[in-house]
Amino acid sequence: MRRDLLVSTTIIRNGRVIDPANRRDEISDLFIVGGKIVGSKFAIRSPQSEIEEIDATGLIVAPGLIDIHVHLREPGFSHKETIESGARAAAAGGFTTIVCMPNTSPVPDNAGTIAWIKDRASAIGCVNVLPTGAISKNLAGEELAPIGSLAQAGVVAITDDGHCIQNHEVMRRAVEYARMVGVPVLDHCQDYNLVGNGVVHEGYWSTLLGLPSWPAAGEEAIVMRNVLLAELCDHPIHCQHVSAAGSVRLIREARGRGVKISGEVCPHHVALTDEAIQNFDTNCKVNPPLRSRTDVDALLDGIADGTLSILCSDHAPHADFEKEVEFDVAPFGMIGLETELGLFIDLLVHKHGRIDIVRLIEMYSVEPARLLKLDSGSLSTGARADVTLIDSGLEWTVRVDQFQSASRNSPFDGWKLKGRAVRTIVGGKTVWKL
Amino acid sequence: MTRRWTRKDLLGLRELPAEEINFVLETADAFKQVGTREIKKVPALRGKTLMNFFVEPSTRTRTSFELAALLRHGSAGAPQFLANRLKASVINAGDGAHEHPTQALLDLYTIREKRGQIAGLHVAIVGDILFSRVARSNIFGLLKLGARVTLVGPSTLVPREFEKLGVEVSHKIDEVLPKADVVNLLRIQHERQRREYFPGIGEYIRFFGLTKERAKLLKADCLIMHPGPINRGVEIDSEVADGLHSVILDQVTNGLAVRMAVLYLCGGISS
Repeated sequence: MRRDLLVSTTIIRNGRVIDPANRRDEISDLFIVGGKIVGSKFAIRSPQSEIEEIDATGLIVAPGLIDIHVHLREPGFSHKETIESGARAAAAGGFTTIVCMPNTSPVPDNAGTIAWIKDRASAIGCVNVLPTGAISKNLAGEELAPIGSLAQAGVVAITDDGHCIQNHEVMRRAVEYARMVGVPVLDHCQDYNLVGNGVVHEGYWSTLLGLPSWPAAGEEAIVMRNVLLAELCDHPIHCQHVSAAGSVRLIREARGRGVKISGEVCPHHVALTDEAIQNFDTNCKVNPPLRSRTDVDALLDGIADGTLSILCSDHAPHADFEKEVEFDVAPFGMIGLETELGLFIDLLVHKHGRIDIVRLIEMYSVEPARLLKLDSGSLSTGARADVTLIDSGLEWTVRVDQFQSASRNSPFDGWKLKGRAVRTIVGGKTVWKL
Repeated sequence: MTRRWTRKDLLGLRELPAEEINFVLETADAFKQVGTREIKKVPALRGKTLMNFFVEPSTRTRTSFELAALLRHGSAGAPQFLANRLKASVINAGDGAHEHPTQALLDLYTIREKRGQIAGLHVAIVGDILFSRVARSNIFGLLKLGARVTLVGPSTLVPREFEKLGVEVSHKIDEVLPKADVVNLLRIQHERQRREYFPGIGEYIRFFGLTKERAKLLKADCLIMHPGPINRGVEIDSEVADGLHSVILDQVTNGLAVRMAVLYLCGGISS
């Protein structure tokens, strides 16, 4: 065989191949040739010496995981994170594709900034970085960004994440316009009047600690608005980082009627309650805030019955000096790329038994791929070979000082978790392994 | 019942067990008579460096602390933040709407002084509870020492959530006043009005002001307290503030003794 015809071949041996898109769950080998998934008969043509073999005995072989809610902070805030450090953190967390949010500086409310982000990501060549575009110019919630041009530039969705368009008319027109150009709308659901200057959940702990707080109704009001607009415009609106019981109830009811509404959950909103703020740890200051046990239970129910269909991190890096201030002054957010899979496997599969590992993988692959119309999230023959190897029984301890992320703002340091990714393969190439 | 004081800091009353609160109050007894002397000084903290760190404007607490190393800050949790990073003692002189432990200790001291004990007394705290650090520290301290506590004020400033702290909530002051052994009135913050927590001062006085007429509902031995500064004619009428029930000036005097005790105890630990 002529060497110039050789393409790289990888065989992942003897793993439990879980491919929810193809309803596949079996002990099998997975063949990768030239960066694509192939059937077994195509894989054996290379000389033995050219084949990379990976022993996956005891491991899960999953389609590369997708995190649709990540803040990479670049351009503008590269002291918190860069596209490169964020991509490496994603790889270390088992993610082959991440979707980055638009609250950067400049804001990607123009095709040029989108092109810059895509160029940076492809030059780094670690994981797939898919940008979102802004809904409104400069995330101000007033004038529409050039949504059509953003779609042509390759955004996978539009969102004002970190902000929420308060004017329902502006939001309505944005959703209508997004329908025309075929991009879904993601929304950070918060009614600013009800949120006020609140920094924590309004409930027992805010009452005890005297911290400015806002009620779950501040999120639920906008989730309700989005249900109505998704119905009016017949176009998908995806509710980001759902935190409140009432939001779950609204989404459940609307999905039951076929409304194109969906919701995602972040690990901290099920791993922690507002009790975690009692020592004023600013790593527990997130937006939306950690809520009550009742809300956590409702999120778990929503995950179990499919109401909440997507898992993600809301990875929000901040430098130590920014977080090491008074609680009400500190910026919102915690990082999550390198802990989310472990937390969700540990909590949802092992501890609470609310979903099995197959559904968990589906919520990290098929579901986000469907929402954003991505050509990934499966191990179908011919698909790009984005693969995550998972050891669902591996016990490990979170060590923030070993993170790939440029930031350390996680309250989970020292947590013992069961389950994590052990190898991340993007386009047939291993970009990270334990 | 007392035990040695082992705390570096005084951050709040929520973290203080009843016996430690009582220990501070007993220590304050010794300092109370210092305040009656010509020279109101003791050598306990001689040679120590103390720092006033008032991030929020205040004059009153500064005066009664005189020599203090302490933090007043608009953000809840700020004293804990500082205490975690300093070897020196941190004394919380009020953090946001969280705690104001020395104010609550002097309130407890005053009640104990006038009524002998706190257990079994019914204390009403009236006014802007939601934004009050004085209210929270009083709630924690009073409950630990066995008092019954009723919070009184408009529903926007006294949300029902407070019941989970172990207190009662009432929006009808006329029903509470005849049963109270102590009525602690909090200052109504005018700036809250702009945020529409209640319709206006006039309506506040009508429903919650301790007017001359309402004062007739009080038990004969009821104590009237106020952390100052008083809005005369708003939360309390002048005649009541200066009347027989009032122990407001005793609170000021006791504040010195209690704060000396706190400095003595925490200062002794940090050395």
